[in-house]
Amino acid sequence: MKPPKDSLKTGTHQLSGSQACVEGAISAGCRFLGMYPIEPAIEISNYFLERAKTLDAVYVQMEDEISALAAVLGASWTGRRSMTVTSGPGLSLMMEHMGLGVMLETPCVIVDVQRVGPGHGIPTAPAQGDIFQSRWGSHGDYEIIGLAPSTVQEIFDFMIKAFNFSEHYRVPVVVLTDGYLVNLKSDVTIPRAEDIKLEPRRYYDGPQEKYLPFKRDEDLIPRLVDIGAGYKFHVTGLTHDERGYPIMNEECQEFNVHPLVRKIRNYAEKIVRFQELATEDAEIIVIAYGSSFSAAKQAQQKAREQGIKTGLLKLDTIWPFAENRVRELSRKAKAFVAVEMNYGQLVYEIQRCSQGNANTIFVTHGEKGVENSDDILNAIIQASRENSKKEGIIEYAPK
Amino acid sequence: MKADPKSVLTGVYYIDGDVAAGWGALAAGCKFIAGYPITPSTEAAEAFARVAPKAGAIFIQMEDELASIAAVLGAAWGGAKAMTITSGPGYSLMMETIGYGAMLETPFVLLNVQRGGPSTGVPTKTGQADMMQSRWGSHGDYEIIAISPDSPQEMFDYTIKAFNLAEKYRCPVMIMADECVGHMTEKVVIPAADEIEIEPRNFYKGSAEEYLPFKPGSDLIPQIAKAGDGLNLFISGLAHNEKGYPVKKDEPRGIYLKRLIDKIQKNKDKIIELKEEETENCEVVVVSYGISSRVAIKGIDMAREKGIKVGNLRLVTVWPFPDEKIRELANRVKAFVVPEINYGQIVFEIERCCDGKANVVLVPHGGAGVHNPQDICDAIELGAQKEKKSEGIIEFKTRLEKLVFEGNWSAKE
Amino acid sequence: METLTTRNTYHPMENLLRMDRLPHIWCPGCGIGIAVTTLAAALDKAQVDLNNVCIVSGIGCTGRVAGYVKLDSFHTTHGRAIPFATGIKLANPNLKVIVFSGDGDLLAIGGNHFIHAARRNIDMVVICVNNFIYAMTGGQVAPTTPLTAYATTSPYGCVEPPFNIPYIADSAGAVYVARWTALHVRRLATSIVEALHKTGFSLIEVISPCAQYYSRINRLGDGIDMMRFYHTNAEIRHGENTKNLDIPFQSNIICGKFVDRERPSYTERYNKWRTQIKGEDNEG
Repeated sequence: MKPPKDSLKTGTHQLSGSQACVEGAISAGCRFLGMYPIEPAIEISNYFLERAKTLDAVYVQMEDEISALAAVLGASWTGRRSMTVTSGPGLSLMMEHMGLGVMLETPCVIVDVQRVGPGHGIPTAPAQGDIFQSRWGSHGDYEIIGLAPSTVQEIFDFMIKAFNFSEHYRVPVVVLTDGYLVNLKSDVTIPRAEDIKLEPRRYYDGPQEKYLPFKRDEDLIPRLVDIGAGYKFHVTGLTHDERGYPIMNEECQEFNVHPLVRKIRNYAEKIVRFQELATEDAEIIVIAYGSSFSAAKQAQQKAREQGIKTGLLKLDTIWPFAENRVRELSRKAKAFVAVEMNYGQLVYEIQRCSQGNANTIFVTHGEKGVENSDDILNAIIQASRENSKKEGIIEYAPK
Repeated sequence: MKADPKSVLTGVYYIDGDVAAGWGALAAGCKFIAGYPITPSTEAAEAFARVAPKAGAIFIQMEDELASIAAVLGAAWGGAKAMTITSGPGYSLMMETIGYGAMLETPFVLLNVQRGGPSTGVPTKTGQADMMQSRWGSHGDYEIIAISPDSPQEMFDYTIKAFNLAEKYRCPVMIMADECVGHMTEKVVIPAADEIEIEPRNFYKGSAEEYLPFKPGSDLIPQIAKAGDGLNLFISGLAHNEKGYPVKKDEPRGIYLKRLIDKIQKNKDKIIELKEEETENCEVVVVSYGISSRVAIKGIDMAREKGIKVGNLRLVTVWPFPDEKIRELANRVKAFVVPEINYGQIVFEIERCCDGKANVVLVPHGGAGVHNPQDICDAIELGAQKEKKSEGIIEFKTRLEKLVFEGNWSAKE
Repeated sequence: METLTTRNTYHPMENLLRMDRLPHIWCPGCGIGIAVTTLAAALDKAQVDLNNVCIVSGIGCTGRVAGYVKLDSFHTTHGRAIPFATGIKLANPNLKVIVFSGDGDLLAIGGNHFIHAARRNIDMVVICVNNFIYAMTGGQVAPTTPLTAYATTSPYGCVEPPFNIPYIADSAGAVYVARWTALHVRRLATSIVEALHKTGFSLIEVISPCAQYYSRINRLGDGIDMMRFYHTNAEIRHGENTKNLDIPFQSNIICGKFVDRERPSYTERYNKWRTQIKGEDNEG
């Protein structure tokens, strides 16, 4: 499937992260934005409104973030590709509907422009503090897909990926960006329509009377139909069978919920994406994602200049976590240096997958500015000097 | 400090876990509960509503869970010990304000009687799938304390403990119960008031001029005040300095924000409570919490009959996680067996702390029921037999899973 | 176009209900079933294309309605049926959207969405079954529980004044507001038909007996006693000022159609704005 040509701004333009996000969404066929204003996500919705004018796109500002995501889920069931944009406090309010989206297996994209938390935190300061929340923030068991772009171009590209993943796996996809990146301006290349591959919605095409909304294909993903297409289907947030009817017993719970986890876990290797830099001979491997990638890359290069064999693993998908790759690398490397703009989140996953093979050093990034790489470099040096295997996470403490 | 006799319903009762928690809150000195009806936690709110007026306490049913937890924070800053009661979907709605509470370092207790999820799931039946959510569900970085009781008696006892911890560490304390424990009726002994130890609120008593609402003591915890103390408090969910004033975008913030984590992590030894049995010389250790720890006992007994040396580690407090304990055990056991009523949550923490030294076997259960002890026994056997270290978590295939996906089960009510 | 009467079956209801889900969960003496039957009758009468109608419910006893009605039907989260329905309506304005839920769901946890949808004048029919209590969870106080009435969380009598639902809807901007009891099935059906043909936010309140909780806790007898009570105490006053529609404990229930006016709906305004903008762009 290809995007409609008239919506595409093919060519190279100077765009802000916010604009790239919207262009990506529109290129991916997104035609519904339900939102509630929150710093620093406002630019995205403003620009969407601007673009919506000339497209058959719907923009609605709801009364809060709870209703914003509810409206997005409703819109998605009419066949429109739908998304919402928010930041930390708003994402917290969306947690219940994240679960509903998972349970109804509704394709949708949530853009979280992270800021410093908890509480109101610092609305204008970028952070990466919602990483675990995006994976674990709603009650009950489920899996989602989380993407972390680290350049403006990647915001554009990952928005298309996000919609494609969400259509293919029928799961809410969270794009984890931050207040720094959405405000950054840079050249973005928007390809021609024929060069963009869009995942079509997985519609049911059998006889109407045989439609079962939660009958799974071999890859564990059920097929959907639009509201108004005459199927008169029922869906519910209650535990349900293939017909979508609630059944309150442990067998049906197993039948319903285990595949929600499996449809992602079993295909994790197909979903997971990362980029590597000089990891072949590396003793120290820096692991970074999102906006901290640039500083991490700088630090990695400076460390190489100093003769420390340093590599870099950049995670494009945060969830599912690049478990296998980190395990493999842990056998070769002496230490991981986990760089995050928080006080320790994904580092726990890194520690888990390093299986005691490599040290795990954690460095909080961002307080001295997103571009500043001093702390990361120092953490790399500290890691290279540590010759014994240490238990637990070693926290790098800036002087 | 001892409990107030007016609030303690001393006696021996045959009540369910929800009621025990409601009465436990009252005994702990809770003067304010705001809640919203949600199965299977409502009985706790009802029980409190019934006994509260006599002890001068208030129960208010708010218009939703968002309002409930906001009212609880307000009550806490008004000087009352306060709690809210909910279950999965309500818990998700509370996520924003939980983070806000953590940021304000507000002492409060949250009872979550977990049910089958995600979304509306199975409201009337059990689950343990909100465990990671309790730790990570709000945006930003913070720490909480979570306790997982496994009987009505513990619902009473640990509700009191939860209030004490909340007062001491000024953080959200979650009682992560589940439907089974909430609806299970058993003997509950409520002691005399003078046998119940209560942590009083650590109010600031100095002069108004010198008061800094977020200046930590040596234990990293600041002294608290309440509205009406004449201190002209300014309390905000914005990142703030010791005075409570917002930190600007480019100012250093780590010193203030990281303390929210450190005050729990560095006092971890005082907070963590574990129950261990025969872990000294075991080859396999079962790690469980809440209702699963009661089911595990049966599975462990079955495995011991087969001659396997099994230890039992019960996490009474689940958060902060006992990293060191797991690490220590990992050095001397062959495998951890983790039965939990979810598809893997706390098991990731165990894998993390065992540093690849022991196998980790997850016995999953989707909820709406508890484990079959035979599955736990078989998983123990698997852990004991497996000599080779596997990579990652070994997911045990339960009888339920085989029945549903390989047997002739069909979804008919 | 497919309507109920064009379908060829023995019993007209059969086609509007998910027969494979019956029996339903409602208690004997409950009024929700009556409201559902009446909705079916109204859909038949209204001559709307059933393929184009979708129904959204929240959580609670009435929240289960979506599960029994054979339309595209959504059982959503507590209090959020209206925003979910808003999304559906805005994304596909050709659909007729019905929200069918209870008083606690729509007015307590969903109260904010209720007033905002009315304010925006989203084109939907909201049917609110009011039984004065949270029944699904076992009889807690509701935003509609009359003063002094008992509930499990107001064990000493309710101390909170209740909402007057038609008044809220009216003041927030609804274009159609009516109230009936579960006894007034024909009039209720007429109201639903009228609301379905209206463009904008319509609210129909249906006072319904809850024999299991509200009546039992307050010792008001069973379902039939409540229906008798409605028979003697319901008073029809079309066009009554919605200010006067409070329902004190066991007193007169004023029913009727109170509001029927025209206001441009959200979609109408949105489309107008879009056409304008597009026009300007073309000129530029």
